[in-house]
Amino acid sequence: MSHLDLLTFARGSALNWALVLFAAGVVLRLFEILGLGRRPDLAKPRPDSPGSGWRTIVMRSVPKADTLKRDAVTYVSGYTFHIGLLVSIFFFAPHIEFFRSQSGFGWPGLPSALVDALAVIAMVALGVSLAHRITSPVKRMLSDISDYVAWAMTLLPLLTGYLAYHHLLLEYTMMLALHLFSIELLLVLLPFTKLFHAFSLFISRWYNGDISARKGVAS
Amino acid sequence: MSATLEKGINAFKEVIDAPIASFFSSCVRCGMCAEACLFYTETGEAKYTPIHKLEPLRRVWQQEYTLLGGLGKLLGLTRPVTDAELAEWEPLVYDSCTLCGRCSMICPVGNDITYMIRKMREGMAASGHAPQDMVAATTRAITIGSPMGVKWPAVQAQIKHVQADTGIEVPVEREGADYLVLMSSMEIINFPEYLSALSRIFKQAGISWTLAQDAFEATNSGIQIGASDLAGEIVGRIVVAAERLKVKCVISPECGHAYTALRWEGPNLMGRPFGFEVKHILEVLDELHKAGKLKTKGKDQRPLTYHDPCQIARRGGVVEQPRRLLSEVAADFREMSDAGVMNWCCGGGGGVSANSRADSLRLQAFKVKKSQIEATGVQTLITACANCRIVLEEGLEHNHMKVEVIGLTELLAEYLVEDNSTPVPSPAGGRGLG
Repeated sequence: MSHLDLLTFARGSALNWALVLFAAGVVLRLFEILGLGRRPDLAKPRPDSPGSGWRTIVMRSVPKADTLKRDAVTYVSGYTFHIGLLVSIFFFAPHIEFFRSQSGFGWPGLPSALVDALAVIAMVALGVSLAHRITSPVKRMLSDISDYVAWAMTLLPLLTGYLAYHHLLLEYTMMLALHLFSIELLLVLLPFTKLFHAFSLFISRWYNGDISARKGVAS
Repeated sequence: MSATLEKGINAFKEVIDAPIASFFSSCVRCGMCAEACLFYTETGEAKYTPIHKLEPLRRVWQQEYTLLGGLGKLLGLTRPVTDAELAEWEPLVYDSCTLCGRCSMICPVGNDITYMIRKMREGMAASGHAPQDMVAATTRAITIGSPMGVKWPAVQAQIKHVQADTGIEVPVEREGADYLVLMSSMEIINFPEYLSALSRIFKQAGISWTLAQDAFEATNSGIQIGASDLAGEIVGRIVVAAERLKVKCVISPECGHAYTALRWEGPNLMGRPFGFEVKHILEVLDELHKAGKLKTKGKDQRPLTYHDPCQIARRGGVVEQPRRLLSEVAADFREMSDAGVMNWCCGGGGGVSANSRADSLRLQAFKVKKSQIEATGVQTLITACANCRIVLEEGLEHNHMKVEVIGLTELLAEYLVEDNSTPVPSPAGGRGLG
């Protein structure tokens, strides 16, 4: 199989299967969560609450001053990584072209040099996160193998994308195929790892906000 | 599998709902919750990280309610939760968590960790892994009627003292009164000034109220230990009395968890909404103040600060009321850092103060409160929870700090404008204790 054949496979049936498994995984996991339901709250909620589930979905992204001071590394590396990752995925011109070719929808991109810099910053932030996970007694205690697998699965698409864009290490077609495979691996495993927080955090924040809001507190 | 472990695991399975499944699914193991927990910040021990306290419950969720976890269980690839493990987790779930809710405000993905600990305690209690002292307190609450063993004659004695001191009749079993007043054991035994203050304030406001002989105790160790059936039985006594006396509102006293038990958990424990309102005493006092029925004169000149009890502020939504009331009687009120919904716990909530095994850890965790108080430079600390009050007093004494702790109701009564011509309402059917 030539590099081009590999790329064709990565762009074709491999991607289709990955997307199908990703969609099925997400639906299954959402069903596993929401299917459990919750009992209706019979306590009369406060009518004039400053909080709500929707408010917490948005506001929980704003760190509290005290905890920001206590653990700036987690906040700063977390923010930096997420911004870099999201910009790389959704505002890199070739990605937008790819989305347009698949779905017919597109949007304006950001300058490639900027996206490139943000991707590097995201990878650095991931490195800092890993170092912090290994050195912080709390994080190390909480971590198991799945945390390190999730970390590697997240790094690989960024790294292969960067290497492909800069024509480094391997022949471009081959690196692009590896880039696609790494994304497909991420798509297939995302619903079954902690990376599913990309979906479930909206549910968690909503519940958290709703539970507090009923009592008159904006969480 | 022993019978008790089986009961515990079944209770775990029963409490796991969509919020818990979403919380466990969302956790990225960032450890931020540790930074919100006074047991971690004051000891530096990683094991006190809030989400870690839930590990056995998380595994039961994973094994029972996820496809992959279920497959793993089937193939023998997962580790079942054992009795020994629950025994190891007991101090984490009870001694080092006051259910204060601070971690739930911090978690970046929005996990309400406190909600989960409260639910996890159901399985811990069912499996026989609740602290001995808390089991004993709950047993006393069920058999005697109060976790501290207080019986009605002790309340009667206090009523007599209050009546002698104030010359005001304390109404008992008065059908048709607007308010049913509850107390905590701590107030009955240690802080009789609460009932005295309340009698005077209510006389001045001209509102009708009553005590009930069979439902004077507001505390509920059932919700602290995690035994919903017992918690329901304890709440049920108050509901029966409130309905029998046809009151419009039940007043939860200066006690944090009693408010949570009655106001937020109560209807769910009983399986039906209440036909009466439940208010914390601070809410009632604030309403009376707004209506011009609570008149005060003069202001306390001492610099003072206010400790927000977690279950009243963060988990109860009563934040502005104490501040409005304090502004009437305090000339030099100073807020602590992180005051309001982000306040630090006294360290004794959620049953921790009732658990003697946790005493030294609790005093260690008190360091954060100590530094908060010291930063304000006050020697007078106001609060609105008798349990916080006793825990604060112990912590202050332990640290040789000369700070006086006063209940807010009591402080208000000190500055009350008393008009002796105000008649005490006396609906038909009532009787006083004299």
